[in-house]
Amino acid sequence: MTQSPAVYNYKVVRQFSVMTVIWGVVGMLVGVIIAAQLVWPELSLNEYLSYGRLRPLHTNAVIFAFGGCALFATSYFVVQRTCHATLFAPRLAAFTFWGWQLVIVLAAITLPMGMTQAKEYAELEWPIDILITLVWVSYAIVFFGTIAKRTVSHIYVANWFYGAFILAVALLHLVNSAAVPVSFLPMKSYSAYAGVQDAMVQWWYGHNAVGFFLTAGFLGMMYYFVPKQAERPVYSYRLSVVHFWALIFTYMWAGPHHLHYTALPDWTQSVGMVFSLILLAPSWGGMINGIMTLSGAWHKLRDDAILKFLITSLSFYGMSTFEGPMMSIKTVNALSHYTDWTIGHVHSGALGWVAMISIGSIYYLLPRLYGKTQMHSMKAVEVHFWIATVGIVLYIASMWIAGVMQGLMWRATNADGTLTYSFVESVKANYPFWTIRLLGGALFLSGMFLMTWNMFKTMAGGQAVDAPVLKAAAAH
Amino acid sequence: MSDFFSGFWSIYITVVTLVSILGCAVLLWLQSSAKPVPGATTGHVWDETLEEFSNPLPNWWRWLFYFTIIFALFYLAMYPGLGSFKGQYQWTSATQYGKEMKKADDQYGPIFQKYLNQDVRTVAMNPEAKDMGQRLFLTYCSQCHGSDAKGAKGFPNLTDNDWLFGGSPEEIKASISQGRVAMMPAKGVKPDLSGEDIKDIAGYVRSLSGLAADSIRIHRGKPLFGAACAACHGAEGKGNVGVAPNLTDNIWLYGRSEDVVIETIAHGRVNQMPAFGEFLGDAKVHLLTAYVYGLSAEHAETKEMKTAKIEK
Repeated sequence: MTQSPAVYNYKVVRQFSVMTVIWGVVGMLVGVIIAAQLVWPELSLNEYLSYGRLRPLHTNAVIFAFGGCALFATSYFVVQRTCHATLFAPRLAAFTFWGWQLVIVLAAITLPMGMTQAKEYAELEWPIDILITLVWVSYAIVFFGTIAKRTVSHIYVANWFYGAFILAVALLHLVNSAAVPVSFLPMKSYSAYAGVQDAMVQWWYGHNAVGFFLTAGFLGMMYYFVPKQAERPVYSYRLSVVHFWALIFTYMWAGPHHLHYTALPDWTQSVGMVFSLILLAPSWGGMINGIMTLSGAWHKLRDDAILKFLITSLSFYGMSTFEGPMMSIKTVNALSHYTDWTIGHVHSGALGWVAMISIGSIYYLLPRLYGKTQMHSMKAVEVHFWIATVGIVLYIASMWIAGVMQGLMWRATNADGTLTYSFVESVKANYPFWTIRLLGGALFLSGMFLMTWNMFKTMAGGQAVDAPVLKAAAAH
Repeated sequence: MSDFFSGFWSIYITVVTLVSILGCAVLLWLQSSAKPVPGATTGHVWDETLEEFSNPLPNWWRWLFYFTIIFALFYLAMYPGLGSFKGQYQWTSATQYGKEMKKADDQYGPIFQKYLNQDVRTVAMNPEAKDMGQRLFLTYCSQCHGSDAKGAKGFPNLTDNDWLFGGSPEEIKASISQGRVAMMPAKGVKPDLSGEDIKDIAGYVRSLSGLAADSIRIHRGKPLFGAACAACHGAEGKGNVGVAPNLTDNIWLYGRSEDVVIETIAHGRVNQMPAFGEFLGDAKVHLLTAYVYGLSAEHAETKEMKTAKIEK
């Protein structure tokens, strides 16, 4: 059999890439709306558009719609090109696209209607959970099937991370979403767990959703697009090995730090805290390996806007994975927990790391999927980078100030031991910072609009192409 | 109380935790021993250009990793973490809480205690006690009754001299320390009221407070009120303290619009104020009682003064 007529399956990559940008706009728009609702509560027009229902819509849309589509798109692209093989079970791959879009649309309908499991980042009710399971199993079959039919002997590091992400998310979703269904319409179920055990399962899930969905998957992305765009070898294979195994192993333990000073037993809190601290080095391993890949080619950062996105994302990744272990220390957590500091921390990861690396990778992908050498306007990519960076800085700096201020106001006491500030005073003190956050979020969103324009212009100027499957290089 | 069903789980947790932490160290140690040549690649190539250098692990990173592992082991030796092993410091969150509470009680208790023997009316006049009472109110009561104590839908106004459960110091204190539960049954004591009957009663009830209502409904509603509502609210609708609110004073807990009054009659109301006695202790409840008592006493005074002015 000759390899020459075979082409990579780019169709599903194109579909997911375009939807990454579209859902990015939608999810971040909802984010900007709820940020505005905090500044002007009267914008909560009715129960369907109230903060409490839009907030899970925002998190689901940005994590699973925007982030999810970016992971599907890049993993399907990367696994084919680094295995030198076409996608296994292409019709199943097509199902993952349409199935995943259906999940997103159902989320957008049911969450504003108030149907929720009330588990953070796992709000979707049981019928949707079943659909997610079907899509995810199909995803695993397509991905690992492609790995199995690779024509190179070694599996490239990006695929380790994508593979770990796919397996772990399957495990997390199945365990945490276990529930007893009550009715189909309205969708309603009760968790299979009770009390503090339910809380522990939820945060085992919640933290690993961060660790595997928002970290391991995107590290997979990093390991392909950073060396490709920098045109340099990955800094250290050995570092990849150590930080990969340490990262995926240690993340599984860190969940209890979300439940410090609660009914969770002391021993569980301690174990969660020490593993969160151990997690610092494995996390930084990924940052070092990415940033150091650029050593010897630093000058490229000056005029390559895509590389700016990729490398800046790694800086934010390093920053938030330093901040995370610090916040998991109980005495720090006593100040930071339940404040906007947590929101700032999440967004330095979500906007700085996840969104920036996705945007950079999609800018790399789009022209290649549409037979072009670069985006319609590289100037717009550059502008997008600066708008996004300024937006993130405004966002996280305002949330740091607001969070520390809240924490200090909540614990301040008078000479007679009564609280110095009532809760509503701490809310009032937050308004200026919530306004700055809204501005930061709006800037980031406007960058996404620019990206959407640039994407459609690129698509209009090119045509869909599927690159021929490359013959694997002979091992030395 | 043990966190474990049996000693087995404690040992299991201990072993798994230690093996996992030491496993990280072993992985790191195994991968640091070899010293590959810097600048050389592993020799694998993917997708035309993807290669990997065989650089060693950065030293500072290795030591950072070792340091966190050593810290973890130290922490678990000092604090609870390894199953039911209590750690050298014998620390528990419950004892820390207990100690902090005791320290606070020792330090602040006397400040509150000194008012406990004074009469509520006396405490209410003391400006210092009033300030402390307000601070307590803002911490524990304002979430429902509002920072200005004027209430909200479903949460009574505490400044208007209208008392559902009585406004004497003793009654206010009982409300705060034991809480209150109030229940109005749907359709009062006449479960066979029709939808029209309910609208008629609503019209009549609104008219009691001087609000506009259809005269036919008022006329039809009056006998229905007598049958369904008077048992608790009284024949004239003036209510009974501790039983049912006065319906003639134009003070409305849930709202005065026709729709809301109809909803109240049709579905009934259940409401609860939680008990704070055990949580706050006698001294703080006493101060809060004085503060709340003072709120309406003040109001009554200003009202009296106003009336006096007008009379002048």
